[in-house]
Amino acid sequence: MSGLIIDNLSKSFGPERVLEGVGFAVEQGRLAVLLGPSGCGKSTILRLVAGLEEPDAGSITLEGRDLAGLAPKQRDVAMVFQSYALYPHLDVAGNLAFPLRMQGVARAEIQAKVTEAARLLGIERFLGKKPGQLSGGQRQRVAIGRAIVRSPALFLFDEPLSNLDAQLRGEMRLELARLHRRLGTTMLYVTHDQTEALTLGDVIVLLDQGRVQQIGPPGEIYQRPANRFVAGFLGFPPMNFFAGEIVGREFVCPAPAFRLELADPPPPGPAVLGLRPEELSPGPGALGGSLELIERVGGQSVLHLSQGEARFTATAPAGFAAPVGEALSLDPAAARPHLFRNDVRIN
Amino acid sequence: MKRRAWPWALAAGAICALSLAPFAWLVLTSFKSAGQVTAIPPVLWPGGGLELYRSALSRFGLMHFVLNSLLVAGGTTVISLTLGTGAAYALARLDLPGRPWLMGALLLVSMFPQISLAGPIWRMLQSAGLLNTHLGLIIPYVTLTLPLAVWILTSYFSELPRELEEAALLDGCGRLGALVRVVLPLAGPGMFTAAILVFIYAWNEFFFALLIMTRRSVQTLPVGIALFQGQYTMPWGEIAAASTVATVPLVLLVFLFQRRIVSGLSAGAIKG
Repeated sequence: MSGLIIDNLSKSFGPERVLEGVGFAVEQGRLAVLLGPSGCGKSTILRLVAGLEEPDAGSITLEGRDLAGLAPKQRDVAMVFQSYALYPHLDVAGNLAFPLRMQGVARAEIQAKVTEAARLLGIERFLGKKPGQLSGGQRQRVAIGRAIVRSPALFLFDEPLSNLDAQLRGEMRLELARLHRRLGTTMLYVTHDQTEALTLGDVIVLLDQGRVQQIGPPGEIYQRPANRFVAGFLGFPPMNFFAGEIVGREFVCPAPAFRLELADPPPPGPAVLGLRPEELSPGPGALGGSLELIERVGGQSVLHLSQGEARFTATAPAGFAAPVGEALSLDPAAARPHLFRNDVRIN
Repeated sequence: MKRRAWPWALAAGAICALSLAPFAWLVLTSFKSAGQVTAIPPVLWPGGGLELYRSALSRFGLMHFVLNSLLVAGGTTVISLTLGTGAAYALARLDLPGRPWLMGALLLVSMFPQISLAGPIWRMLQSAGLLNTHLGLIIPYVTLTLPLAVWILTSYFSELPRELEEAALLDGCGRLGALVRVVLPLAGPGMFTAAILVFIYAWNEFFFALLIMTRRSVQTLPVGIALFQGQYTMPWGEIAAASTVATVPLVLLVFLFQRRIVSGLSAGAIKG
């Protein structure tokens, strides 16, 4: 059974078209990540599902129920906000109990559920404190706790980790993954951080300018990007693009000048070749350039090369050393080729 | 820095002394004896104890006016804030077309000179049979203070993060529930500021009170005190005592809650 089905959703704010015919489905119990640059409409989708905004067109179905026209409280969804949105006048226990009290749950049961959620998230010690006395990470836990106490049919996360520092973000990411496995509830998670998307998502919905660009499991989206936008958005350092032409079984690039034999060539004609930097390493090969800069990024070195006006990047092991300004050759045949024509994948 | 500060301190002190002098004289007078009040040359230091207060209470029925004032000012505050809260929340949160115009219109209403409203209001109250009733005074007071309350509360509500209400909506509240359970508890300082300013207005107001309350039994403090004066007598001492009674509670209130009032008034001025 499908958990959440979103069909042909459109939304404008005044003259600005924010979403245009967005559709995707999330299977029951799966975690779907809405990924995209800021302003792509991903948060709007979340707000539409929550009932905080009304769609112009399209439908949202949760576990077989059409959500159209239902007030937020009737939808059986819980949301974790980017700003946490904890109630400042209530202590942590009061925050956790709030949704249960609104549902008219018996006092003893509220007590039990609050205690359990607090234990699950390791915030028992803070139950008597006000949100203002907590650190960012602790507030985040309380916000998640407030969402899970009432066991909703769907969780909505709106960039929940973006206000945390890098280390805490890593920890919370793992914890969210663990929590999801444990609760087994359908989740919709909005982020602009591709690491979060790739590590947390069972499925990723990649959005740009209010349209779905690609839907698929993280591996597939990374390995077979459907168009140039997806190819350029995922991966760091970003993918290299070379404009050229497919001639027979070869891709011919004028600048930087190189040829690449294709194992499974698409029909001939102009094309853009994409090569991921992490699959391009120094060694004997057809792609040459002069080394401009070595960027040391922890476990690897990012090499910035140029040939004439053209610039591209490659990677090498952390200890890699080469004189800057000298020529360096790379082997494009070692990398998996991504070919695009009119920005759409053709291989 | 310190050397430059003292001329300013001196100037500030002088201004304070000048502004407070009449009030200080009033308070001093209220503690004089009946003879000292009109003595020539004037006596500076009072020696009458509470004599004038006793006289104001017993001969002029001061408590009676205090009670009327409490009733009218209290009623005005409660009604004005209740209506103002609803209006301000709507103005702060709903996408009302022409919102700036509405806010401007509110401000305009509060700018009318009282004298231009006096006639119509009197006629309306007369035909409604509300002259010489507490309600008859409360209604125009609410009309006149509502814009102030709405402005203060709107700026305060706009400051509160929207996500809090959205969280409440998702957690099972309706709009009204979100207002009562989340917004109002957080809007305390703004509500308090509005309440105290409305209360002070209603407590001090003289013109409408004089116009509408012609019967002694329903008159409020300012009117009551003004009418202490008889045809041939001017009981300065009792007037001073009554005025002190009318002023001191307000001064104390404002002193105690100065911080809150200022923070409530400047809400919306800066993000923070």
